[in-house]
Amino acid sequence: MTSVDAFIAANRFGLGPKRGYLGGIAADPQSWLLRQLGTEDGALPYFNDLPRSEEIIQEWMQARGSREMRKMFNKDRIRPLFFKEIRRRNRAAIETDTPFRERLVRFWSNHFTVSKTKGRIRGIAGAFEREAIRPYVAGNFAEMLVAVTKHPAMLVYLDNVSSIGPNSTVGLRRGRGLNENLAREILELHTLGVNGGYTQTDVIALAKMLTGWTVAPKRHSNAGGFWFNDRRHEPDSKTLLGRRYPEDGQQEAERALRNLAQHPSTAQFIATKLARHFVADNPPPAVVKQLQKKYLETNGNLGAMARELVALPAIWNKPLTKIKSPSGLVISAFRMLGPPDKPKHMIHALRLLGQLPFSAPSPAGWPDTAKDWISPESLLRRVELMDLLARRNTKRHDPVQLAEQALGPIARIETLTALKQAPSRRAALSLLLSSPEFQRR
Amino acid sequence: MTTRREFLIGASATALSSTAVPGLAVAAANTKKRFVLVVLRGGMDGLAAFPPLGDPNYSDLRDGLLQASDNTIALDQNFAMHKSLTPIQKYYRSGDMAIIHAIAVPQRTRSHFDAQNVLENGAAKAHMLQDGWLNRALGVIDKSAGRLGLAVGYDTPPVMRGSTPIASWAPARIPPSPEHLLNSLGRLYQADPIFNRALKEGRRAQAMTGSVLGDTKMKRGNMRNPGRFKTLAEAAGRLLAADQGARVAVIEMGGWDTHANQGAEAGRLARNLGLLGNGLNELAGRLKPVWRDTVICVVTEFGRTVRMNGSKGTDHGAGGAAILLGGAVAGGRVATHWPSLRQDALFGGRDLAATSDTRALFKTIMHQHFDIPNGILERKIFPDSKGAVPPPGKLVRT
Repeated sequence: MTSVDAFIAANRFGLGPKRGYLGGIAADPQSWLLRQLGTEDGALPYFNDLPRSEEIIQEWMQARGSREMRKMFNKDRIRPLFFKEIRRRNRAAIETDTPFRERLVRFWSNHFTVSKTKGRIRGIAGAFEREAIRPYVAGNFAEMLVAVTKHPAMLVYLDNVSSIGPNSTVGLRRGRGLNENLAREILELHTLGVNGGYTQTDVIALAKMLTGWTVAPKRHSNAGGFWFNDRRHEPDSKTLLGRRYPEDGQQEAERALRNLAQHPSTAQFIATKLARHFVADNPPPAVVKQLQKKYLETNGNLGAMARELVALPAIWNKPLTKIKSPSGLVISAFRMLGPPDKPKHMIHALRLLGQLPFSAPSPAGWPDTAKDWISPESLLRRVELMDLLARRNTKRHDPVQLAEQALGPIARIETLTALKQAPSRRAALSLLLSSPEFQRR
Repeated sequence: MTTRREFLIGASATALSSTAVPGLAVAAANTKKRFVLVVLRGGMDGLAAFPPLGDPNYSDLRDGLLQASDNTIALDQNFAMHKSLTPIQKYYRSGDMAIIHAIAVPQRTRSHFDAQNVLENGAAKAHMLQDGWLNRALGVIDKSAGRLGLAVGYDTPPVMRGSTPIASWAPARIPPSPEHLLNSLGRLYQADPIFNRALKEGRRAQAMTGSVLGDTKMKRGNMRNPGRFKTLAEAAGRLLAADQGARVAVIEMGGWDTHANQGAEAGRLARNLGLLGNGLNELAGRLKPVWRDTVICVVTEFGRTVRMNGSKGTDHGAGGAAILLGGAVAGGRVATHWPSLRQDALFGGRDLAATSDTRALFKTIMHQHFDIPNGILERKIFPDSKGAVPPPGKLVRT
């Protein structure tokens, strides 16, 4: 016997039920969720044989000789690798039995967006998520923040690799200066939030602290990995948010990041984003407050935050408050219908709804509310895509049975009636996939 | 004064009760005027697009990013245009294009997301209003609505979001859904306001865009890619030129956040300006039949720093540039209260100061082009904008 709680656990926290799955978690939906936080990352086997970012960057350094070589390398190596990463990520999403954990990976990956809109990111965006996000989703926010900021993908995406202290050795010799892109986005998008109480002076101070944080060159022992180049580091003390940081090389920015992670504005910003993602587009202020408190009490323990979310009565009272994101819809459809015949079908579907992984339009990542996802155009596109999936899966499923299984007690009478009266199996399956009960979570 | 809430409730009641049934006859809207808003996301560098060559400080401050001045297009004694914008040069010469310089949103913020929010919500500050000013304006221009506004591209940009129904168009990649499916969904969505409204508006938009564009094949692909701007511009032009088409459209174009390797005569920025120029020229060409009634307005969320940064690019700044284009534009000039690039005139010691306000620019267009009374503009569309400074001189031919 499935319950409303099981539906909520599978959809609001998970990636949608695999066929028959709802029954399996019905006994104790909350424990089912909590177990996923304690165990090891169940999706690791999908990514085992993929190269580390240093390896990819080293290959790139070897190949950058001529324009022709770079072109060939992008075509023969980077492009296939990009799609391989996406295929693995898709398969993990369809098959995983720890879908809550996968949701958290996707949430944090979006919080710390790197995107192929900057071409050089394409080959390492997948590695970034595997190396700087995935290991930390149930750990400490400060650790994730430091790992993300040191990662070559982020250093390249937000231009820190070309930021130079104007008074550093290199800056003085070449007359070059700061690039404040990474510093600004750390404050605005990763930690304090835009109204978190920082000024342009703070942006510049953090940018100075971050000078020298770059990617190690070809002949370096850590080639392709993080490297602190003190010849680019802006000397002297810096003052960030009223706190003085004496000159201390690489440690300055690390210390600053850890302090930013403890800031009440960061707690509030992250609490708000989590609540918006898992509770409602406009989350109740009390919920945000509770999450913020938990964040501060636990020094930003993200596992504790996830457990706090599971314990929120506000979630268990109300099914269907959130509309599925475009990628969430695609994943849940394939989980319910079964994996696509060809992996490229899922890539095509994600692209069609505008959420191909690692391609968010800006460092702010994908927006997270219905008003960003449901335009007249995008709704018709959703319906068209669902109809296409229905056509491809007609032979596999009995739509009414599938509706009862996947939606459980959430299925409305009128939806079930419409499915039964539909002119064909394909039409019934299509209706199920486009019904509000399936489009929401 | 009508409160915002009353305004919204009134408008949404209209939207929900309108009979948006499939096969709805597509009738002409009740205005001949055409307006296209092009939103350049990321912060276009106005100082590179329209170099103020007459400012004695310019060439020193811009060291590293300068185009050779004989390689730019002269606009007047003080201003020039990047040569990548050559495709639209002719409109300036014929008096159908004006450049607005040193303009910005009312709030000084270097955040893309806040600056875009203010640009689009029409308030004095970010996040003060939930809907977009153009959507509110549409509700005033034509109460019966639903056939006036058009979002071109996959998403509805925030400036067009709100309670007034709008149409949208993006190139299709898979076959449209069968009618019976959409009819059944119409019933299933009745209790779900978000899906219900989107489906109704979407079907109505399909009827309109289908009747104008028919089966013509258009380029597909990622519509967020700046390279697709011309495709979107072509569609917008055709959909607005048609009698039974829309009257007001918004198009977005990205790729302007040039923090690194911005380039000068060639490079990233030059490439994007080229795409913009070509797209605007395409749009203008398609709007030829209604050119006399057309205003195209190109805006961005902020300008960029005056000096080059450490990565041969520019960081987020303040004053930027806007373009007005169309047969109804009083053009052939650069409209600016030029603040000068003297060190003591720079905003925060680093940015071109902003001396006119994007709200005032939009207000002028809405007032002179669509005859919306100033009282309504200041009450319903741009609240608290009374003191907003417009660019100098006449902008719209009336």
